[in-house]
Amino acid sequence: MPGKLKAKIVAGRHLPVMDRASDLTDAFVEVKFGNTTFKTDVFPKSLNPQWNSEWFKFEVDDEDLQDEPLQITVLDHDTYSANDAIGKVYIDIDPLLSCEAATVISGWLPIYDTIHGIRGEINVLVKVDLFNDLNRFRQSSCGVKFFCTTSIPRCYRVALVHGFVEELVVNEDPEYQWIDRIRTPRASNEARQRLISLMSGELQRKIGLKVLEMGGNAVVGYLQCFDLEGESGLVVRAIGTACTLDKLSPGTAPNTTTHTNTHTLPNTAPTSNACNSPSKDSKEPVFSEDPPHSLSGPPTPLRTLPSSSPPPFSPSKPCSRQSSSSDTDLSLTPRIGKTSPASSPSPPLSEFPIFTLTCFPPGFLVHVGGVVSTRSVKLLDRIHNPDEPETRDAWWEEIRQEIKSHAKALGCHAVVGYSESTSICEEVCILSASGTAAMLNPRFMREGCLDTGGSDHRFEDASPPSCGFVHIPYDEFNMPFPAQLTYCYHCRRQKVPDVLFTTIDLPAEAEVTGKGCLIQARLCRTKKKAQGEVNATSISNLLPFMEYELHTQLMNKLKLRSMNALFGLRIQISVGENMLLGLASATGVYLSALPAPGGIQIAGKTPSDLSYDQHISTMQKRIDDTIAKNKELYNIHPPECIEEVVGSPIPDRQRSSRLFRSTSESSDELSELDLSHGKKDAFVLEIDDTDAVEDIQSLLTDAPIPAGFYSCNTEVMPGIHNWTSGLQMFTSVRVYRLSNANLTNQGLNKIFTDLCENLLKSLYFKLRSMIPCCLCHLNFTVAVPEEELIQVRGHTYLSTPLLSFGIFRWVEGFVCFPGSGENEEQLQFSMEMCGESTISNNQPTAKPSVSSSERCSPLPEGRSRSLRSTRSLPCGAPVTVVKMTPLSFLPGTRIVKYLGIINMFFIRETTSLREMNRKCLHFSEGGVSGFLHSFIAEVFAMVRAHVAALGGNALVSYSMKECVFMENPNKNQAQCLINVSGDAVIFIRESDQEAIPPLLTSRQTSSTGADGTT
Amino acid sequence: MSMELDVFVGNTTIMDMEVYQLWLDGLTVSDAVKVRMDEGALLECEANPEVLTSDTMDQFRTFQMCERLLHSPTKLGSQLLYQIPAQNQIILIERYYEFDSVFAREVLGKKLSKGTKKDLDDTSCKTGITLKSCRRQFDNFKRVFKVVEELKGPLVENIQRHFLLSDTLARDYAAIVFFANSRFETGKRKLQYLSFQDFAFCAGQLISYWTIGAMGAPTVPDSMMEDMDVDLEKEFLNELKDLKVLVNDKDMMDQHKILVCAALRGKIKVYKLMEVNFKNLSRALINLASKLTHTKDVRDLFIDLVEKFIEPCRYDRWTVAEITLFLTHYTNAAHCLGTFRHQMIWDRYMGVIKSCILQMYHE
Repeated sequence: MPGKLKAKIVAGRHLPVMDRASDLTDAFVEVKFGNTTFKTDVFPKSLNPQWNSEWFKFEVDDEDLQDEPLQITVLDHDTYSANDAIGKVYIDIDPLLSCEAATVISGWLPIYDTIHGIRGEINVLVKVDLFNDLNRFRQSSCGVKFFCTTSIPRCYRVALVHGFVEELVVNEDPEYQWIDRIRTPRASNEARQRLISLMSGELQRKIGLKVLEMGGNAVVGYLQCFDLEGESGLVVRAIGTACTLDKLSPGTAPNTTTHTNTHTLPNTAPTSNACNSPSKDSKEPVFSEDPPHSLSGPPTPLRTLPSSSPPPFSPSKPCSRQSSSSDTDLSLTPRIGKTSPASSPSPPLSEFPIFTLTCFPPGFLVHVGGVVSTRSVKLLDRIHNPDEPETRDAWWEEIRQEIKSHAKALGCHAVVGYSESTSICEEVCILSASGTAAMLNPRFMREGCLDTGGSDHRFEDASPPSCGFVHIPYDEFNMPFPAQLTYCYHCRRQKVPDVLFTTIDLPAEAEVTGKGCLIQARLCRTKKKAQGEVNATSISNLLPFMEYELHTQLMNKLKLRSMNALFGLRIQISVGENMLLGLASATGVYLSALPAPGGIQIAGKTPSDLSYDQHISTMQKRIDDTIAKNKELYNIHPPECIEEVVGSPIPDRQRSSRLFRSTSESSDELSELDLSHGKKDAFVLEIDDTDAVEDIQSLLTDAPIPAGFYSCNTEVMPGIHNWTSGLQMFTSVRVYRLSNANLTNQGLNKIFTDLCENLLKSLYFKLRSMIPCCLCHLNFTVAVPEEELIQVRGHTYLSTPLLSFGIFRWVEGFVCFPGSGENEEQLQFSMEMCGESTISNNQPTAKPSVSSSERCSPLPEGRSRSLRSTRSLPCGAPVTVVKMTPLSFLPGTRIVKYLGIINMFFIRETTSLREMNRKCLHFSEGGVSGFLHSFIAEVFAMVRAHVAALGGNALVSYSMKECVFMENPNKNQAQCLINVSGDAVIFIRESDQEAIPPLLTSRQTSSTGADGTT
Repeated sequence: MSMELDVFVGNTTIMDMEVYQLWLDGLTVSDAVKVRMDEGALLECEANPEVLTSDTMDQFRTFQMCERLLHSPTKLGSQLLYQIPAQNQIILIERYYEFDSVFAREVLGKKLSKGTKKDLDDTSCKTGITLKSCRRQFDNFKRVFKVVEELKGPLVENIQRHFLLSDTLARDYAAIVFFANSRFETGKRKLQYLSFQDFAFCAGQLISYWTIGAMGAPTVPDSMMEDMDVDLEKEFLNELKDLKVLVNDKDMMDQHKILVCAALRGKIKVYKLMEVNFKNLSRALINLASKLTHTKDVRDLFIDLVEKFIEPCRYDRWTVAEITLFLTHYTNAAHCLGTFRHQMIWDRYMGVIKSCILQMYHE
C-alpha cells in the first residue's frame, strides 16, 4: 500500500450549454481511480463553475498507480433524468512517480468527449505521495524514467547502456466484443480509450521491471505501438534501450549547441589519433564477434547468405542486407533456428545487441556495417488467452533473431537505430524490423563507464575520428556481399565501402561535403484479392521484389544527387486488399570519407537503331545535366582525389556495380555493354524494356526543391548548422481514392509518385513565407485502408492515405514570430564571425544566438490586457505556449528538465458527417476533412495542455504513432484513432543563460564579446 | 483518382492573411483560388492549381473553425484549441470586425433585426459585396450592439474591452451602435450623398457632447450612469427649449443679426443672401433644437439639418469657408446678447451642430 494519490478539482470554464431552457449548465465532477469514485458538489447554473473541492485522496498500490489513469468526468446534473456526461479527462500519473520528473500536475486541461470533441476546460491539481517500498518481489517499477528520445537525453549522462528491452501485452478489442452491439458508440470508444491507457501503463510497468532487473534506471528510445488486429484482438507492444543515466548538475550540463558545432570542429580538432583508434578499440574484445580488421582471418561461417534472401538481388545491395521472409508456413509454426545458419553461442553481453537509439554519445559507434531488415508475413488468429501472448512474442523473437544474424553476417555485433512496425489488412499482417548493423565501443556497456556527457571531454579521451564509423566492420576478403572497397578518403588507412545505407542519424563527428537532402523511393504493386494463406503467400512472394526495386530507386536517386550515403532510412511496406505500397525515405549526404559516386550511364539493348541511339544519348545528357545541377544545388564539390580501388576480390567486370531490373531478361548481354564510357564505377541503366524507361523518367521527374527550402528526415540537416529557435511542427493527412479499377503497376506507380510529390509541393507552398527554412524529421506514413465503400460502390476503389508529419526549422536568420528585428542582425553577425571556422566557405556555422523574442503568452499584451473586464473573463491566466517537435532537442535552447513521457490515445467519432457537410457547403469536399482537421487540432491542444500542466513548455521527440481513419458515409459516420507520444520538457533559451559553450569561447572570443554589445 | 481528405494542421496555427481577407470577403474556394492565381501565387514555389486549391481549402477550413472563437474575442486568448501567436490574434480579430463602409452606410440607423437581415441580399446586390460577407458584417454589428447595449460605462471603451478592437474601429462600432439605438433616419433620398464616415463623425460628436457621459463624466461615478453613451441626455434636450428665446424675442433676434452681419460684412461673398436669409437660417437651427425632446424629431435630426440649413445654403452657393465663418460668428454673437442667459447650453448645442454641418456640407 505504498502510495497516496491526491486530486483537487478547482474550476471549469467554457463549458457547453447543457440546459437549453436556461442556456446554462449545472456541472459537477466525478473523480475516479481504480474502483474508488469521489464527487464534487453541483455548481448550479454556470458555464464557468468554481468547485474548489477538497483534496480527494486515493490510497493505492504503486502497481495500480503505474497502470491506471486518473479519470475525471464532468457531468451535468439533471433532477429528473439521468445526468448527462459532458466529457472526460484521463490523467497519466506516471510522470509523478519519478522523483526527477514532475512533482505536480496543475492546470487547465481540455474536457474531451469522443463524440463532441473538446467541451470546455477543467482546472485540476494532482499530487502523489509515495512511500518507500523495499520489497524485492514487487510488481511495480516506479522511478524508472522513460524517454521517447532516441538519443541520450540532454541533461543526463549515460553511465551504462544495458541493452534491449521489449514487452508485449494483448487483449480483446472492446470494439469487437458482443457487448458493443448494445452499447452506445461513446461507451464503446471510452472503453477502448481506457483499455489502451491501462495496457500502456501495464506495458510500461513491465518494461520498467525488466530494466530494474538489468540494473538500469531508465529506458531511452522507448517506442510503443499498438496493432489493431480487429477480430483477433488488440496488441500493445514496446521496445526500448535500458540505460543507467546520471543526472548532470546544471553547471556541467552539455550545451545543446555543441551538438551542431561538432560537425565542423573535427577540422581543427587533433586528428593525430584519428585513424588508428578503431583498431585500438577493437583490440579490447568484449564481444566474441570481434571482427578481424586488418588480418585476413579464416572465413567466418557468417557470410553464408540466409536461405530466405533472394540471391539475384544481392549484387545491387552493396551495403544493406535485407531479407524478406518469403517463408509462408505462417503464424502457427515458429521459425526460430531456421533463419540463422550462424547461431554461434551467444556471448554474455551480446544477449541484448539491439539498440533503439539513433544518436549516440561520441565514441560509442565504432563502425557501421549497413542496413539490416527483416519482414515476415503472418496470418492473424484470435488471441485466446490474453495473459499468454506467446504467439506474438514468438513472432517478434524470431524476427529479432534474424536481424541479429544479418548483423553478424556483416561482421557486426550489434544493431542500432532499430525499429519495428506492422501493417495489417484484415487477417494478414506484415511484421517488419530494421536497423543498422554496427560495432560499438564496449566501454559503454561495462561497469564504471567513463564520463561521456561533458562536451569538453571528447577531445581528451581517444576521440573518435570523423571517419571511423564508415570503415568496414567486415572482413574484406570475405565480404558478405560484393562491394567496392577503397581506402578511406579521410585517413587513407582503413577500407571503406562505396556507398553506405543506415537507419541512424548522421553521427555528430561525421564530415560531410555540401548539404543533404530528402530522398524517397516509392512503389506500388498490385496483387490479386485473396484470402488466408493464398493471400499471405502472394504477399510474401511480392516482398523481395518490392525491397529490391525500392533499393534500386534509392540507389539511382542517390547517384543522381551525387551523394554516397543514406541516413535515417525508413522503408515502409503497407498491405491493402489488392495492392502493396512501398515507401522508403532517407536523407542523402556526401560523406567526405567515402569515394565520390560515379555517374549514371544508360545503355540500350539494340545499338543498331540510329534514332534509338539518339534517344539514349539525349536521355544520358539529361541525366548528366541533372547530376551537374544537383551538385551545384547541394554544394557538393569534393576535392579531386586519386582513386584507387584496392584489394577487392571481385572480378573486374563486377566492379562497376551493374544495375538491371529483376524483370529484365537481358543479363546474358552483359559483355556487350560499353563500360569504358565515363568513370569506371558508373552505374549502368539498361533501357531494354518500357519499365526501365519509366524508371528513368521517374528518376528525372522528381521535382527539385524550391529555393530556400531544405528537407531531410533526420534530426539535423546535414551541412547546415546555424539553426534558429523558430520552429513549427505540422501534420498533414491525405486520403486519395483511386477510381480506375484496372490499373497497371506502372500506372499505380505514377499515381503514387505524383501523390507524394504533390504532398511535398503542398508543404513547400504552405511554408513558403518562412524560407529560408528546413523541413526536418519529415516522416511519411502510408496505408491502404480497407473501406466498406469498396463494396458499396460496386467497383474497386483503392485509397491511399498519406500521413506525414514533420517539422521545419528556421535557418539563417528568421524566427517564427514577429518582433525579431534585432534577432536578424544578431544572427547575421554571428554568421559572419563564424565564417572563418568552417571547413569550406559554403558551410557557414554559427551558434544559434537567438534572443528571447517569443513571449510565453499568446495574449495580446497591451491594450487588451489592461482593458480586461471583470465580466467577460472569469479566468484570465495566459495560456502557456507549448512547442512540439519530433526532434530530440530545440535548436537554440537548452533543455533543463525532463518531466516525463506523454503517451496519449484518443478516439473521435461523429455520427453526423452529413451535418458537417452541410455546415461546410461551400467546400467541395465536405465534412470529412473538417472532422479530421478539428480532431488533430484537438489532440495537439490536449497534448499541449498536459505538457503545460506538468509544468513544461515543450514536447520533444513527438511522434504520431498511429492515425487510423475510418469512414462510413452510408451510416453518416466517421471514426478516427490517434496515438501520440513524446517527452515533456522544460527548456530555456540560450540567451537567457551563460550561453557560450566552452569550446566556442576559446575560438570566438572576439565574436562573443561583440555579441554581448548587440 | 480524387482527393477524399486533405488536412494540414500545425502546432502553431498557420494562417495566410491574404487568404483570410478572401475568406472574409465571402469568396468561395474556387473563386479564391482564381483570385490567388491572378495575383501570381502560382509563381511561388512551383505551385500548381491543385496545390493552391488544397492550400486555400485548408486555410478556409481553419478560419471557419476559428470563427466561433472570433465571436467572443476575449476567449481567443484563453482557449487551448489553437495556438495562435498574440500578434496574429490581434490581426485576426481586427480584420474580422472590419467592415465595408458602403455596407455600414446601408445598414446605418436600421433596426438590427431579423427583418433587416432578410433584406441583406438586396444590400448585397446594391453594394456588390457578397451575401456571406454582408451577413458576417451584419452579425458583427448585432453582436457588438447586444453586448454593449446593456453595459454601463463609456461606449468606446466597452467595445474595446469586449472585442479587443483598435481605437479607430471601436469608435466606428460605437457610431453604429449609437445609430442603431437611436434609429436616426439615414435612408432618405436627400441623405444619400452622405457617407458612413460623415455619419460616424456626427455620431462621435453626439456621443462626445450630447450624452450623459459627455460633460460630467469625470465627476459621476461609473455605477451611477445607465447607458450613458448610448442615449442623449434628457435634461440637456429639455433645456434646449430655452434657446427658443433667440427667435421668439424679436429684439434679441435683430440684435443677433446685427452682430453677425457686422462681423461678416466684406468677409463673405454671399453676404447679401445671408442678410436676407438670416432669420430663416437662425429659426431653422433654433427650432431644430427645441424639437429634440421628441424621439421622432431626434431621429430626423440629420434630414432636418439637410433640408432646413444645408440645402438653402447650397442653393445660394455658400462655400464651406463661408459656412464656417457664419456659424462661428453666429455662435459667438449670442454671447454678446446681454439678455441671453443660456450660454452653456448654447455652446454645447452649437458646437455639435456646427461640426456636423461642416462635415455634412459637401456634394
